[in-house]
Amino acid sequence: MVADVGDVFKALADPTRRHILDELVERDDQTLFEICARLGTKHQFTSSRQAVSQHLELLEAAGLVRTRREGRYKFHTLDTRPLAQIAERWIRDKPQENP
Amino acid sequence: MKIHLASILVDDQAKALAFYTDVLGFVKKNDVPMGEFSWLTVVSPEDPDGVELVLEPDQHPAAKPFKEALVDDGIPFTSFAVTDVHAEYERLTKLGVVFTQPPTSMGPVTTAVLDDTCGNLIQIAHMN
Repeated sequence: MVADVGDVFKALADPTRRHILDELVERDDQTLFEICARLGTKHQFTSSRQAVSQHLELLEAAGLVRTRREGRYKFHTLDTRPLAQIAERWIRDKPQENP
Repeated sequence: MKIHLASILVDDQAKALAFYTDVLGFVKKNDVPMGEFSWLTVVSPEDPDGVELVLEPDQHPAAKPFKEALVDDGIPFTSFAVTDVHAEYERLTKLGVVFTQPPTSMGPVTTAVLDDTCGNLIQIAHMN
């Protein structure tokens, strides 16, 4: 899984994608319409629905967003596990002593 | 010029009439037999002489793919004004209505999105 970390950084490098994650923190199971509405009304982002959909695909490929189908509906949920993997890879509990 | 009619494409007119009147609370205005289907409209009890909503059959071959594509992206076909989205959400949920978006503040407006059981998502909204 650590091999995927590069995709996480790429996913986080874009301000629209960071705003998408900000909104998904607030509630699980959002439709594409709700995400677009939140970006437009709360952040004055004017990205097209197609662009937001592509951002979501990139976030999903990086493991930061999971999608779920329920009947005819499709919902998007934040998954922060890839961020935890970054911490596990590089952050130490104790500073190392210099030899 | 003013808006007199607005249409929504439904998969079954009888089912649609029941949902839009018994559940949502609109009132039947016109029901004129037209062969296989009816010229069927409902109005708001708050504005009986206002805009009529036509419950129109979705028989055209382009209608169903269009409706399915909207639902797939969670897009409501139209939006109705209510005085309190939270209160309507509570009332309609108790009646078994499925929401794809619970009441959410979107800056100047609070919205929720429900399934009309006739192949459409509908937004309800009030200004904050």
